[in-house]
Amino acid sequence: MSQPKDFGFDEDVQMLKESFGRFLEEQQTIEALRPSIKGTEDPIHGADRPAFYDEKAWQQCVELGMHAVSIPEEQGGIGMGLVAAVAISEEIGRHAWASPLSNTLQSTFVLIHCESDAAKALLAQMAEGHRVGLALNGEEGSLAPDGTDVTASEDGRLTGTSWYVQDAMKAETLIVSARSESGTDLYAVTLSQPEVAIHRDRIVDLTRDQAHVELSAATAVRLTEKGSGASSLLASAPALATLVAADMAGAGEWQLQTTAEYAKVRQQFDRPIGFFQAVKHPIVDMMICVDEARSLVYNAAAAYDFDRDDAPRCAHLAKSSASDMGAFSAQNSTQLHGGIGFTWEADVQIYHKRQMHSQFLFGDGTWHREQLAALL
Amino acid sequence: MSEKQLTQSQQEFREYCARWLEENKPEPHPIPLPQAAYEVTDPSHLTYLQDWQAKCWEAGLIASDLPKRYGGHDMTDCQAIASAEVRKAGVPYFINWIGLGMAVPTLLECGNEAQRERFLPPIFSGEDIWCQGFSEPGAGSDLASLQTSAVKEGDHWVINGSKVWTSLGHFAKYMLLLARNDKTDKYGGITYFLADMDQPGVSVKPIHKMTGESGFNEVFLDNAIVEDHLRVGNVGDGWKVAMATLTSERGAGVGVGAVASESPTLVMAQVIELAKTTRRNGRPVWDDPVWRDRLVKMYERTEAAVQNSRRARLKALNGGAMRIPLQGKVVGSEISQELHHIALGILGLKSSLYVRDAHAADDGKWPLGYMNSYTGTISGGSSEIQRNILGERVLGLPKTK
Repeated sequence: MSQPKDFGFDEDVQMLKESFGRFLEEQQTIEALRPSIKGTEDPIHGADRPAFYDEKAWQQCVELGMHAVSIPEEQGGIGMGLVAAVAISEEIGRHAWASPLSNTLQSTFVLIHCESDAAKALLAQMAEGHRVGLALNGEEGSLAPDGTDVTASEDGRLTGTSWYVQDAMKAETLIVSARSESGTDLYAVTLSQPEVAIHRDRIVDLTRDQAHVELSAATAVRLTEKGSGASSLLASAPALATLVAADMAGAGEWQLQTTAEYAKVRQQFDRPIGFFQAVKHPIVDMMICVDEARSLVYNAAAAYDFDRDDAPRCAHLAKSSASDMGAFSAQNSTQLHGGIGFTWEADVQIYHKRQMHSQFLFGDGTWHREQLAALL
Repeated sequence: MSEKQLTQSQQEFREYCARWLEENKPEPHPIPLPQAAYEVTDPSHLTYLQDWQAKCWEAGLIASDLPKRYGGHDMTDCQAIASAEVRKAGVPYFINWIGLGMAVPTLLECGNEAQRERFLPPIFSGEDIWCQGFSEPGAGSDLASLQTSAVKEGDHWVINGSKVWTSLGHFAKYMLLLARNDKTDKYGGITYFLADMDQPGVSVKPIHKMTGESGFNEVFLDNAIVEDHLRVGNVGDGWKVAMATLTSERGAGVGVGAVASESPTLVMAQVIELAKTTRRNGRPVWDDPVWRDRLVKMYERTEAAVQNSRRARLKALNGGAMRIPLQGKVVGSEISQELHHIALGILGLKSSLYVRDAHAADDGKWPLGYMNSYTGTISGGSSEIQRNILGERVLGLPKTK
């Protein structure tokens, strides 16, 4: 099988991306986020930052069907592939949008690879707007599919702590990876039960919330054929890495454009600072990095949809490139904004922190390159 | 280009090109060719490469899409296919790369009909080798400060001055020449000429590069004569015409014919192989995670370059027509340099062994290629100038000039 020349980015996907981009533009995402971080500034004396998302915007997003782009049609979704989900993810990153949508897109691709009735039922619930997230990590943050610290008992109850759960406070159900004697499996855990305690993490990124989730013999529904959780996770891994890479590419483009605009208006030595090559050239280097990551992201999405055998290699390329790009763009966006870029008031700090966080989700550059090396 | 987007006749043409190249690939020259066309100095190499280019032209692999009166083959949308097949085939490069890559687009875009009909066919056949007379000792990155003068006398121009870094000047029959007709107007006082190299007023002196090779030259113009009908564009429009030429040199123009050389993807595969086969401290260098990470980072970047060219053609995804193409030269040359640099690191002490040392890896190809990689990062607008262009034309930053 080979990829289409246009990365599968057909008119439908273009329209989807444009209309979703316009929708997020209207949401004024950063303005909407600001009240939730006010008063939380001081790391010692500041208030705890509440988990935030704009419920009205999320409802509109569900009405537009954005949450269901990749949910199969049989489960009430739109049934588009990763190319469409990546287009949406790129816009989420560009607008640094705090919402349950990233979790929804990621969970969709995990559930698609579970191939059980329970997984299909959960997908159908998601198509109705049910908010689902992923709880796959142990405390080490290991990237192995069996890296969980949670264990499942004979009767299917889960015990242990799941770490680094993204946007846990925005979810109603978590897909938890847990070990038993038959291996690793994925389970659906409803968060409203008393056997689940969500402990909010204090994190640097202001656009997400994160928690470690403590399970004490929690009721759970197994989503995978006994012992096949690791292979479901492996199959969905290229999609997960590519979705985060797309988010980073969108955020990177924002950092590039915002920094270039600032360099045109900020005057020093009687000139806009973008006149000086010491400023101009690093901005160009940001563009080069962003473009490399973007091209590899589109390639990875198309590989997943049209050339599945090549999907792991392409996803490693995309996330490796995006992780390094995110760090580089973040660094330059702050540095080239000078003093103002270092302040809480500047929007660049919000994107900087989001990129720092995204860099390590589903593997950083070094890890992905090591996986790639094994394929070369 | 994947098979399904090609028309039936394009598909047939591609199969024809691949088959023709396979069947007509020349025997290697007894003396190994230099790494690129701009380093050729041996006259027997010149003849060998001219013969090869002429065969490719006759076969329709060069000037595929141009009309017959220009020496073309009257096909439609076939040049890109031919060029891609040539690059894949592992055949010798085209010696007349300045003619193909710079003179042809300049004449097509800015020349007149008489100039095209006279000059284009022998460029394609390789019979007339061309060189470029832009840079001067005092005009490099700031090209428009060039001082070579052009004074009109009757129906011809008298040229005085000197040009430098003139690749293939020693073989060239014609030069793309920029000269100053007006000292008071920096950009508007330059005129573009096609100068005959075979005349008493022109002398060529080789310059040795850091590699020891001497592919380029200093060219002295001492009352050299150019007929007025060999002017390209109007008097004073030379800068505009030159920009058209440089756009081609920077990889953004329409390609006519291909400069066949090793693709970055191929060099990448060679360096990975080098790391797997070179042993140090009792194990392959590939087993060292530090070197492996550096190498795979470059693998990522070469793959990104491939995907960038794919994306550049898609309006919805490319962020503007020039954004990706204008990155081609700076990114490609810097990747090549870093790859060669890594190759030296993989070889370690063995990288000290140069061309014609019996124990050198790949006959000294890696140190030679490393040094030659600076051709890519300096010529045709250095990487620094490329970054100015990208910042100004793509991102709209204030002009540094």
